[in-house]
Amino acid sequence: MSKSNFTRRGVLKTGAMSAGGLALPTILTAASHAGYTNAPTGSTVTLGFNVPQTGPYADEGADELRAYELAVEHLNGGGDGGMLSTFSSKELDGSGILGKKVEFVTGDTQTKSDAARASAKSMIEKDGAVMITGGSSSGVAVAVQGLCQEAGVIFMAGLTHSNDTTGKDKKANGFRHFFNAYMSAAALAPVLQKLYGSDRKAYHLTADYTWGWTQEESIAAATEAMGWETVEKVKTPLAATDFSSYIAPVLNSGADVLVLNHYGGNMVNSLTNAVQFGLREKQVNGKNFEIVVPLYSRLMAKGAGENVKGIHGSTNWHWSLQDEGSKAFVKSFGTKYGFPPSQAAHTCYVQTLLYADAATRQARSTPVALRKHWKGLNSTVSATARHCIAPTITSASKMFWWCAGKKTQHPSSTFLKWSKSHLRHRSPMPPITRCLPVVNWDHVTPAHNRAA
Amino acid sequence: MFGLDKKDFNLFLVVAAMALLAPFILNPFPTDSALAQFNAGYPDLMQRFVIFGIFAIGFNILFGLTGYLSFGHAAFLGVGSYSAVWVFKLLGMNVLPAIALSVVVAGLFALLIGFVSLRRSGIYFSILTLAFAQMSFNLAYSVLTPITNGETGLQLTLNDPRILGSSATADGSIPVTNLLPGLEIRSAYDLVIGPWSFTFNVGYYLCALFLLLAFYLSVRIFRSPFGMMLRAVKSNQQRMHYTGLNTRPYTLAAFVISGMYAGLAGGLMASMDPLAGAERMQWTASGEVVLMTILGGAGTLIGPVLGAGFIKYFENIFSKINDNVLHGWFAFMPDGLEDFIVTIIHPFIGKGWHLTLGILFMLVVIFLPGGLVEGGQRIAKMFRKKSEGTDTHVDAKHPAE
Repeated sequence: MSKSNFTRRGVLKTGAMSAGGLALPTILTAASHAGYTNAPTGSTVTLGFNVPQTGPYADEGADELRAYELAVEHLNGGGDGGMLSTFSSKELDGSGILGKKVEFVTGDTQTKSDAARASAKSMIEKDGAVMITGGSSSGVAVAVQGLCQEAGVIFMAGLTHSNDTTGKDKKANGFRHFFNAYMSAAALAPVLQKLYGSDRKAYHLTADYTWGWTQEESIAAATEAMGWETVEKVKTPLAATDFSSYIAPVLNSGADVLVLNHYGGNMVNSLTNAVQFGLREKQVNGKNFEIVVPLYSRLMAKGAGENVKGIHGSTNWHWSLQDEGSKAFVKSFGTKYGFPPSQAAHTCYVQTLLYADAATRQARSTPVALRKHWKGLNSTVSATARHCIAPTITSASKMFWWCAGKKTQHPSSTFLKWSKSHLRHRSPMPPITRCLPVVNWDHVTPAHNRAA
Repeated sequence: MFGLDKKDFNLFLVVAAMALLAPFILNPFPTDSALAQFNAGYPDLMQRFVIFGIFAIGFNILFGLTGYLSFGHAAFLGVGSYSAVWVFKLLGMNVLPAIALSVVVAGLFALLIGFVSLRRSGIYFSILTLAFAQMSFNLAYSVLTPITNGETGLQLTLNDPRILGSSATADGSIPVTNLLPGLEIRSAYDLVIGPWSFTFNVGYYLCALFLLLAFYLSVRIFRSPFGMMLRAVKSNQQRMHYTGLNTRPYTLAAFVISGMYAGLAGGLMASMDPLAGAERMQWTASGEVVLMTILGGAGTLIGPVLGAGFIKYFENIFSKINDNVLHGWFAFMPDGLEDFIVTIIHPFIGKGWHLTLGILFMLVVIFLPGGLVEGGQRIAKMFRKKSEGTDTHVDAKHPAE
């Protein structure tokens, strides 16, 4: 049964609404207002720091946020200036970015693609962020990068080690400072060959997500190239905490090397399980059984304690590095927070400065200009990718740095000399990170490197 | 009108007005003012309000009417999202086929799970649905990786066939979702009036349209003999069995309908942002819709929509307030006092938004068992002594028995 209740007011309202709808002018897309999305118009420029504040990577996220706040402070001329004073270019003079004061908004990625995208979207749509950065998982980085590509803002990935973060689907607005799985593999392979010989049988345990997949692929390719045989590749669920059922089959597989493509808590647990099963004392094929962990972090080494002794892996940066940039950063971070920064913090700090530097040098912050700037540094990137330096943790207390297969004890001048000689032919690179500059994926796809 | 009585029609008008004027309602503060922090009128959040509103309306058809508490509804949302993204990957970027397929697939999935789960009631039913949802989550997370892309989430790539569209746009990037050829979902129009700015987004209005349809359908179900039967199930299922009535077809129908609502929400989510992740199916996501419904008022028509809006507002706006913002607000105070106040508030904002939400949820459950709707009714009663029903009063006039 229908009851009609048209009122004068109702009719007027409906009429006004539909008239308004019809009168809407041509629909604009978000990117077409002022040349590019969120072009800063006032006296400030807003950056979006999207980090995991809750969930499994909350610790790393908290450290990233500290680094970002420090970077903003330094860009705005506060504090002791940190790394800025160690730059050869003096473009960044503490007056913000292009004379605009740097402001920032923060968000929580929860280490979930959905939440991360929602948070990044609100930064872009509501807060007018001109650059999004942060995150601690490759899955999230891939998701947010896709969003930034569509929206037309720059994305500086945080801690992400997957090859696929950059290098797939032409996401030209995405940049990374952190190294990738291919680099880890390329740097580790010569080291492993020297240590364990070229006649080995490797067994892979791999975290079942984008980073694990590419890590496994890269390290398997690199070790097979030097003569190792891959016995088995087993994927383990990311959420797994007990790896006993995955370790047991290793014992009877005939393999004499176990490669743990695990990160964070995963690696701590799987390594502990492996040591409990007595893998370290085992002899297979007349050789000592060895374990390799391609990607290390300080927090992981701490978590696994004694078990990391004699196990090799790669890491992006360590606070005990003695180059000027690292020293300055560690000093200001330590002064402000009272403890040394993690590699995640370093990457995030550096990325913010790199962004500011590029924007200042190009005198504008459009994505296109920034892309051009960083693309100019291409030769750099491939060279670095091929010879990338990988610090190898051999025990919790002692560190060695491997430079293109040469072992030197750290801290050492060899390390710096090596990086300088390799940096010589690249002119415009700010000496922020001597070993691993910004990597634009466009030109550093794994395939490209393999060919080279 | 449209088969609704006067009160329901007025309620429908209120919802319609809220949905269509949301860009104005949610952006009450000028863009440059300090209070702009609390503006929620940007497309992504508005879309989320509406999509989760649809999700909660559907959940309410099952929970509010039959009293069956499903703890696994997020599974249908996830299945809907995955189907929609697969349509974008294989067929083309138009959202309508994607949404249609996600509703159908979620409906079939709900039929399967409902058929098994509805053999039990009460807590056993809840646990069964929870188990099925966790199974789906784990399948999506690690076992069915070729279909779901695991933890990374299903995303569009340049290699997708898209037989009715193009794999890549002219400039070599991934195409975006559209409603009609040339009318992109993300298209938006900014209306600037003085210091205010209001954004009208195609995607939002598509979602709002679906919300109105979903809401209308829900009103009709609530008022139908079928709805009456569902209420009877809630009040005393045993008595119905004794009278020789088989209730299972009714409950199963309610379950499938609410699963289809969830599928619609999932399809819309994927249409707004072509990405589907396994975490959409996790038990926390299922719990969220239960919270939304109870917070807003279970068994009421508009309650779930309010609850969804409330929770999403907290998740997106409160989590964005950080210490810096607080220091900005309290800058007028002397330094020591300022730091003190910020320290006190700190645990409740930013990453502590869960805490604030939890406290509010407890307060609502303790003092307003009927949810926000009951709060609205009490306020209305205070103002109108006559109490001849406010817009949100409808349900009190139609008790379950």
